[in-house]
Amino acid sequence: MLRKKITSAYLKNILFKNLFKISSLTSIIILLSLLVFLLKESAPMISEVPFSDFFLSRNWNPDGWNGEFYGILNILYSTLYVSALTMLISIPIGIFAAIFISELSPPLLKTILKPLIELLAGIPSVVIGFFGIVFIGPLIAKLFHQYNILSALNGAFLLSIMVLPTIISLSDDAITAVSDDLRHASLALGANRLEMIFTIVLPAAKSGIIASIMLGFGRAIGETMAVLMACGNALRFTGNIFDPIRTITATIAIELGEVAYYSTHYHALFGIGLVLFILAFIINNIAEMFIKKGHKLKC
Amino acid sequence: MLKNPIIKALVYFLLFSSIAFIAIFLVTITAILVKNSIGTINLGFILNAPKNGMSEGGIFPIIIGTILVTMVSALMAIPLGIFSAIYLCEYAKDSYYTNLIRISIRNLAAVPSIVYGLFGLAIFVKSLQFGTSALSAGLTLGILTLPTIITTSEEALKTVPSALKQAGYSLGLTEWQVLTKTTLPVAMPGILTGIILGVSRAMGETAPILFTGVAFYIPNLSLNLNNQFMALPYHLYIMSTQHHDIDGVRGIAYSTASVLLILTLLLNIISSSLRMKFRKDLKK
Repeated sequence: MLRKKITSAYLKNILFKNLFKISSLTSIIILLSLLVFLLKESAPMISEVPFSDFFLSRNWNPDGWNGEFYGILNILYSTLYVSALTMLISIPIGIFAAIFISELSPPLLKTILKPLIELLAGIPSVVIGFFGIVFIGPLIAKLFHQYNILSALNGAFLLSIMVLPTIISLSDDAITAVSDDLRHASLALGANRLEMIFTIVLPAAKSGIIASIMLGFGRAIGETMAVLMACGNALRFTGNIFDPIRTITATIAIELGEVAYYSTHYHALFGIGLVLFILAFIINNIAEMFIKKGHKLKC
Repeated sequence: MLKNPIIKALVYFLLFSSIAFIAIFLVTITAILVKNSIGTINLGFILNAPKNGMSEGGIFPIIIGTILVTMVSALMAIPLGIFSAIYLCEYAKDSYYTNLIRISIRNLAAVPSIVYGLFGLAIFVKSLQFGTSALSAGLTLGILTLPTIITTSEEALKTVPSALKQAGYSLGLTEWQVLTKTTLPVAMPGILTGIILGVSRAMGETAPILFTGVAFYIPNLSLNLNNQFMALPYHLYIMSTQHHDIDGVRGIAYSTASVLLILTLLLNIISSSLRMKFRKDLKK
């Protein structure tokens, strides 16, 4: 009787251990199949669109009257442009907010502020995009006397809101992790609180803060709905923040719905999706590198 | 430089205003959306179907569609996510293999949502021939929420004091018994936090469902997973950019946005208060 009970317990143990192990495999399988399927669906494009035309041409025009053109340069530039603009807005706000939360706010205020930041991360991107159409866009146009309501700046502002939680929470973690010994030492040497923060704590938390910025940048590049709704989606090569622009993500969202399956256009959209995936992958892993570096410094 | 009282005051002001900026944004977006919904939003709006080419009526089938597709994603992501987290936290040794799993999870979390849309189209709609359906879209969203659920569950499992587990082992319990009798019950609120966060994220996503099953308009409410569906985020998108009379349906768009915003904010508030309670309980 006792023996039977023990064996069934051990059987269950082994059974579930393996179930858990197999489940944990899914992440690897999904990541690999993501890459495989993106490659598979974009591969036919290579024979149909010359490599140089894809990467070096600014002309993206899938149904032009004199032929189809699939040059990624313009939309890639626009993606990087609006993301760079986003970082210009969100880096100072994000780092300052992180400093406030970790160094200045009393514990009680902290317990309110941290969930507040998470709340910001919880707002669906389509709601933020809608807010850009009805409020932020018109506000920017009115403030700067512009004709276009939908613009790169509008999109960048909304994206800043969306990447702020990433930057703030990771920077906050990095700043909090800085040893108190450093703080006490600098205060004892006569530094005031701000000097301590900007000359001692921030440099010590540098790796984590850089990682948070990289992850925020990655999110900005990959965000779809907010830029789709707020940026105006004109295929332009412009440096003017008040002009409408069209990103890679918006291009996929607009065109994939109307495209014939397995046409050149379909494959090209997977091609730019693959470019987006690789970009996000590289940025994410650079960020990981910085996070690891930060951990090493502490030990 | 930071000794100058004027500069000091300025820096303090900037530090404070960056936090104020976020609070003001949250209040403004909620206030403006809710204020402009007044007049359209009422019980009838929630409980009626769209009428007259979606220029009148409510959003009932759209809410149902969102719930349906979110449930599919939850059914896929919750067991897989929790099982993976249990393996990583309780069983895995620090090996090359577990390192590979962790790297994959972190990279999955960074994949743009539109790329998940492409992936869902290629694998579920085309290769597995589920077609553009609630099933394809739900599975795509499930994949998207998987990293969230794994990471938060793992964090919850990690915080369970090892003394509790060791007490179990010293009584001769197997790993499985320790897991079900002590670790999981203690970590449950934390795991729940992750599940709610994942579900609320799946509910608000648009890009992954664009090509995998969401429909502009469906006349009859259907709960069949093989059919297309309507969803709140996509409905908001078309009401604000694609509808033939955008200015005429602004009220509907505002109300849809409010419903979506309030739903996700509520889920987020529930999950953060759960987490706070969880942390407090663990401290005791």
